[in-house]
Amino acid sequence: MPIGDLSPEIAIIVAAVLALLFAAFAPRRWQAGAALIALAGILVAATLLVLQIGETRFTFSGTWAIDGASIWARLMILFATAFCILLSPGWFRTDPRHGEYYTILLLSALGAMAMAGAGDMLQLVIAVLLSSVTGYTLAAWHRDWALSVEAGMKYFLMGALANALLVTGVALVLGLLGDSGYTALSATFAAGVAPSPLLFVGFALTLVGVAFKLGAVPAQAWLPDVAEGAPVPSAGFLTVVPKIGAAIAMARLVQLVPPDALGLRPLLAVMAALTMTVGNLAALWQDDVRRMIGWSSVAQAGYLLMAVTVLGLSPDALMAVLAFVASYAIGNLAAFAVVAHLRGRTAIADYAGLARRQPIAAAALVLAFLSLVGIPPTVGFLGKLTLFLTTMQGGYLWLALLAAANTAASLFYYARIMGTMYFGTPPDTVEVLDRLSGVAMWAAAIAVLGGAVVAQFAFTAFRFSTLLPM
Amino acid sequence: MLTLAILIPMLGALALVLSPGLGHEKARWLSIGASVLSFACLIIVWALFRIGEEAPAFQSVAEVPWIPSLGVAWRVGVDGMSLALSLMSGVLFIACIAWPMEHPDRPIAYYAWFLFLESVSLGLFLVLDLLLFYVFFDLSLVGMFFLIGRWGHDGAERAALKFFIYTLAGSLAILLAIIGLVLSVDPITFDMRTLIAAQPLAGMDLRGGLILLGFMVGFAVKTPLFPVHTWLPPAHVMAPGPVSAILAGVLLKMGTYGMVRIPLQMLRESFAAYAFPIALFALASILWGAVVALGQTNLKRRIAYTSVNHMGYTVLGIAAAGAMLAGAENARSLALTGAVVEMVAHGLITGALFLIAGGFWARSQTYDLDAFGGLAGVAPKLTVAAVIAAFASLGLPGLAGFVAEVQIFVGAFAVFPVIAAIGLLGILITAALFLRLLQQVFFGDLPTARKGFPDLSRREGAILSVLLFLVVLIGIYPRWLLDLIGSATRAIVGGS
Repeated sequence: MPIGDLSPEIAIIVAAVLALLFAAFAPRRWQAGAALIALAGILVAATLLVLQIGETRFTFSGTWAIDGASIWARLMILFATAFCILLSPGWFRTDPRHGEYYTILLLSALGAMAMAGAGDMLQLVIAVLLSSVTGYTLAAWHRDWALSVEAGMKYFLMGALANALLVTGVALVLGLLGDSGYTALSATFAAGVAPSPLLFVGFALTLVGVAFKLGAVPAQAWLPDVAEGAPVPSAGFLTVVPKIGAAIAMARLVQLVPPDALGLRPLLAVMAALTMTVGNLAALWQDDVRRMIGWSSVAQAGYLLMAVTVLGLSPDALMAVLAFVASYAIGNLAAFAVVAHLRGRTAIADYAGLARRQPIAAAALVLAFLSLVGIPPTVGFLGKLTLFLTTMQGGYLWLALLAAANTAASLFYYARIMGTMYFGTPPDTVEVLDRLSGVAMWAAAIAVLGGAVVAQFAFTAFRFSTLLPM
Repeated sequence: MLTLAILIPMLGALALVLSPGLGHEKARWLSIGASVLSFACLIIVWALFRIGEEAPAFQSVAEVPWIPSLGVAWRVGVDGMSLALSLMSGVLFIACIAWPMEHPDRPIAYYAWFLFLESVSLGLFLVLDLLLFYVFFDLSLVGMFFLIGRWGHDGAERAALKFFIYTLAGSLAILLAIIGLVLSVDPITFDMRTLIAAQPLAGMDLRGGLILLGFMVGFAVKTPLFPVHTWLPPAHVMAPGPVSAILAGVLLKMGTYGMVRIPLQMLRESFAAYAFPIALFALASILWGAVVALGQTNLKRRIAYTSVNHMGYTVLGIAAAGAMLAGAENARSLALTGAVVEMVAHGLITGALFLIAGGFWARSQTYDLDAFGGLAGVAPKLTVAAVIAAFASLGLPGLAGFVAEVQIFVGAFAVFPVIAAIGLLGILITAALFLRLLQQVFFGDLPTARKGFPDLSRREGAILSVLLFLVVLIGIYPRWLLDLIGSATRAIVGGS
């Protein structure tokens, strides 16, 4: 067994266990120390991952893919997780047992990493389950607060159904094609598969199971509740990290099936169209900022699906998936960092005139929103640019047009909050969380702007990335 | 040098943001300084600019790689058209920054946004890279959104939001069109010069038509052309005077400049095929703008609709210039020269008119025409300035508007005689509406509420006299401007 291939994941498990032991024995005032352990674990894992850059192969009997896509995605997952850890000590200061939070966070990140690396459908199921089970806990962490529990409950109910569908789908594919490993499946498709409705259903159900992690139609309903009710660090984590893993998992599944084999591409295109439209329409009149970010995050999943749709039709599709996921992660985390820094204030009226009391926070939120709209020179623009480029290259002009119309509509709800912050009457005082959340906010804002500077590096890295099986 | 012209205002804006303790006057002088420096850079470029048969199309070119794998780079350079437009923008920005604020609220942020807007506006005219063009196009919306929303009158928030969404929808159409255009060259490049030389869509009917449609829709929203002009009146009415002046004087030009630079230059064949419908939309804007302006009782709304009318002339000139691939070169280049002169003239004239309108608001908090009358007696200097600007706007010979409109119509008659003939009606109506405006506001009985109406202050007078001096200069001695612009338009019409 080439144990070394899994060293980054092992580092995360070790850190999770250490954090748990620490949390069990450390006194209350030291609970935040578990954050340091988690951060150290992430640092080690990231270093080990960087050493894997450039490799392209399956390992562990074909169940685990080490390729450009999984390496970059896992690095993004680690960065995003570390970022959410920065927001946590301040947020959970009054929670006596919050050391365990970091353990759950690491395990959930591990689930996302496993989704990105899954090279076998059964492995994918396990990864989705790990990511889901930990996700429910993260969402319902404030167990005395109804909204948080409701978010966890809704997430759990949706998840139970979606996971059942996923397992059914995998079983169908396994039964019809006789294998669940991606290498074997890809060889089967290369040899030619008679189109069968049952096989289509199998793949469609599998995609729905992954779409749940992505927050895409038809399994999107949990996202706004989690964004609103979960603790803000969890909300930031759950709207970003599982999506990174799910995006790669989805891409890998879609790439298995040649464009002309099963008609999955039109199905995905419809999912993309519905997801972005539903997300944006629902976000339009939200008076709750966190809920609005949740719906906007649904819409963003729809944009992402555009790039997945044209996989195999456009040579730059994988680059677009990676670039868009990265830019979305930065933009969305920046938005949640501001919300966390402002102690989770969420009613849109509470943001009135914020620009006068908290100019930096207001500016950071504006940057985050501009990035989510895709206005230059933010990273979001580069992400969206590559997305439009690939979609049109792949021949889905109508999807690109719909996405453009959606983008214009989405500006309405983002700009409404920007307007409230800058043109409204300011409150007397605005409480903020702590210095660490302020640092995180600064870092995210700089990343939103600075992404454009390192764009060339990222594009080169993403463009030459590979997605197994080839 | 061009990079400096873009960078200096941006640095100025940054300096303002980083020094929150600065007083109002100091902030203003810093902004004026930054915009004058940036203008000086443009003057140097102008001094070095060569006109003639053998001179290259784009001069003062500089290039720094940014994202080579997508063919994107920081590319700047000017031809006669973009140089003329950026010089006009430079003048107008200095004027508007120097103009007193209507509500002296948060001056540092106000001037910082102004400098930011100046930087991106100049950037738009000076870059030779389509992606950067799009970047600046979008950023100008952000700057305008905050300027209108924050320093506008009651209800400005809604107007700003409408402006932002409307024009972003247009700019997304442009983005898709840009992508469609660059995907048709191999390897992908966003370099305008390469794309102009390559004419990548020649011979592709449907694709060329769709991409042209994307560009024209986007630019028509910005210009704005009938029927997508509806964001303009509320944005103008709610914005403070200097912001309106920039909106009309500089931002609207981005639409028409884009039309010339991209569809006309890069898609010559497709543009020629659809020039007639474009001319029809221009005609509709000319007439609609004029007729609706006539019915307005709000000073700013009336000027705003004349902008729709004037931009209609410009687009008519552009459509005439691109109507065919060969033949009638003289008439077509005349029409295009006229269109570009109209952009410059409209920038200066309407800029002055909106500044004057801002002065009315600052003095009386109303734009209602019925609330004024007989001001010639109490405010003679204001009257003189308004009369010159209004006459220039209606196209009186000897002033800048006339030079532009004569060339547009002479050129357009050779290509679209019927449309040009009907378009002349627009001039008639504009003349009527400006004369009635002057009569109502400056002559007749002075309402009692306006007894103490103050005349122009020394600062306002100086700013307006510079703008109007240029208007008169272009009117009686247009040679220098025509030579500069003509050097570009002849090359564009000739297809090089």
